[in-house]
Amino acid sequence: MRRRPEGLHTRYADEIALVRTRADRVWVALLVVGYVATPLVLDDFWLSVLVFTAIAAIGAIGLNLLTGFAGQVSLGHAFFLGLGAYTAGVLGGDLGLPVVVWLPAAGLFGALVGLAIGPFALRLKGLYLAIVTLGLVFVGDHLFRNLRLITGGSQGRAIPSPLIGGLNFADLGAVLGMPLSREQSFFLFVIPLLALATIAAKNVARTRPGRAFQAIRDREIAAAVIGVDVARYKVGAFVISSFYASAAGALLGSYLRHVTPDRFDLTLSIQYVAMVIVGGIGTVYGSLFGALFIVLVPRLVEQVSPLIPFVTRSAGAAGVTVFTLNQIVFGVLIVVFLVAEPLGLAGIWRRLRLYFRMWPFSY
Amino acid sequence: MNDFLQLLAQGIALGAMYGVTALGFVIVYKATGVINFAHGELLLLGAYLVYAFHNQAGLPFFVAVPCAMAAMAFAGWAIERGILRRMVGRPTFAVVMITIGLGIVIRQAATAIWGFDDLILGDPWGTSRVALGGLQLNAVSLAALATAVLLFAGFLAFFRFSRAGVAMRATAIDPEAALAVGIPVRSVNAWSWMLAGAAATVAGVFLSAFPATLHPGLGVVAFRAFPAAILGGLDSPGGAIVGGLIVGIVELLVQGYQPELAPWLGDNFHVAAAYLLMILVLMVRPYGLFGTREVERV
Repeated sequence: MRRRPEGLHTRYADEIALVRTRADRVWVALLVVGYVATPLVLDDFWLSVLVFTAIAAIGAIGLNLLTGFAGQVSLGHAFFLGLGAYTAGVLGGDLGLPVVVWLPAAGLFGALVGLAIGPFALRLKGLYLAIVTLGLVFVGDHLFRNLRLITGGSQGRAIPSPLIGGLNFADLGAVLGMPLSREQSFFLFVIPLLALATIAAKNVARTRPGRAFQAIRDREIAAAVIGVDVARYKVGAFVISSFYASAAGALLGSYLRHVTPDRFDLTLSIQYVAMVIVGGIGTVYGSLFGALFIVLVPRLVEQVSPLIPFVTRSAGAAGVTVFTLNQIVFGVLIVVFLVAEPLGLAGIWRRLRLYFRMWPFSY
Repeated sequence: MNDFLQLLAQGIALGAMYGVTALGFVIVYKATGVINFAHGELLLLGAYLVYAFHNQAGLPFFVAVPCAMAAMAFAGWAIERGILRRMVGRPTFAVVMITIGLGIVIRQAATAIWGFDDLILGDPWGTSRVALGGLQLNAVSLAALATAVLLFAGFLAFFRFSRAGVAMRATAIDPEAALAVGIPVRSVNAWSWMLAGAAATVAGVFLSAFPATLHPGLGVVAFRAFPAAILGGLDSPGGAIVGGLIVGIVELLVQGYQPELAPWLGDNFHVAAAYLLMILVLMVRPYGLFGTREVERV
């Protein structure tokens, strides 16, 4: 037999292993090669798409743990992203601390706020929770606009580049002794962080907490009956997701150099939920697909729009502008995916793999 | 004291419209168990349709409004029939996300047709004011209040006495039992969306009348009716009106007094105040003031 069928394991350890087969090992090796090769092959435009994707993916993985695994719907992700960005600004910019301090600290601060809010928020079930976290975004917006000493008010504030001593991760060329652009450097900086975030999330998902999350998602009372501490794990999921969101926010701010409160509005929350849905609810790698898709689609629309006759370029007027078209495509995508493909891109990917595994005996 | 009464009166008028908006949430939630995040956009579209019928097609205002209400009822029906019916039996969260997606599409379609400019709706009340005791009230506020009272009484009567209303209540309590006694549950769902569309039009007209204008941001104003619906409890029509009034009054009083009394709370605190109030109430009463507590059975 060339290969064991999917899902057949002879040891429990195999069942939860991250790298199971020789093919998996090849994939990992290919990813490492891709990591080194990509910044040399792609131009800055596509690298910036990938950097935004990687940062968004870190946030989306966090939301997927909360929404996809633990089944708690949150529209407050933007609030935690903002929290992380401003923490990075204060610690890295005002206090001049290195990135090894401010990046974890931003995540921890978000987690702490999540821990403070979580026990209250998670008393609420289902849609009430979605609405309360929605309220959180508006309250956060008010805070970001008015705590001017920290956030710079509506004008926003600068967020520092990731620095450790003399090492600037936004300008790695100086260290490696060859000219690298900001995009190339940032790509090399964030991809390992994304890998770390993915593996950590995978570890949460495949061990005791992950199982507990899924039990809670599927039936809260039943989970409690089999001995899951529902309150503890719900708050835990909220804290983990807040950590991911704040860390992603800190990275986003650092890459953008400057953030304003407008960036952390409800639209951003909706985009993250869309990443989780489009990527695949309840799968870690689905979040990566989802993030890529949601970051990529607007860029593609921008590229294609000059070819569509009825799209105008002037902003602010009636008629279909590029922005309008983008938003409409985004809205339609959410609807289409939910109606037609509830498992998201991860589901499509799984089916494709199955098809080729069985090929040519597709039935 | 006069200032206070003035703010209170304005708050009640604004709250009445929040109440009517929240009523739209409640109707859909009661019948189908879904919070309609596209309600703000229905409201926007309704107001724009009134503008189109009145200012662009030249119909008299009081003909344009029923026409727009009918068109919006049709839009509600189309959404239910075309999209949401396919989602029966799927997680509520998925349906809610669909309404979010729909909302984005409707808002952008509206801006593509009517642009981003502030439009004047051209309602008959205009900018005229009425003196009542020592108070100066906008005529349109009084009209809004009267309409809200009429609408609310109409809905109560509809739910209580009409066949369709009773069928909707039965469906809300238990869809399967309703089916078993011969209630067409599917058309009841469509009905609730039609009613929500029509109610949204009315709220849209008054929320975009003087001193406000009609512009794409109106859909976001409707987000402030969320706290109203939640405060009252999502499944209570009476709660929607009470919640609306509370939110309206709180918003106006905070707007009036907070800059003097508590300037450290920051600019535009009244926008955040409604959400804070909502969060606080939910901490104490997780199902709102008048909502039914869900009993879980295994």
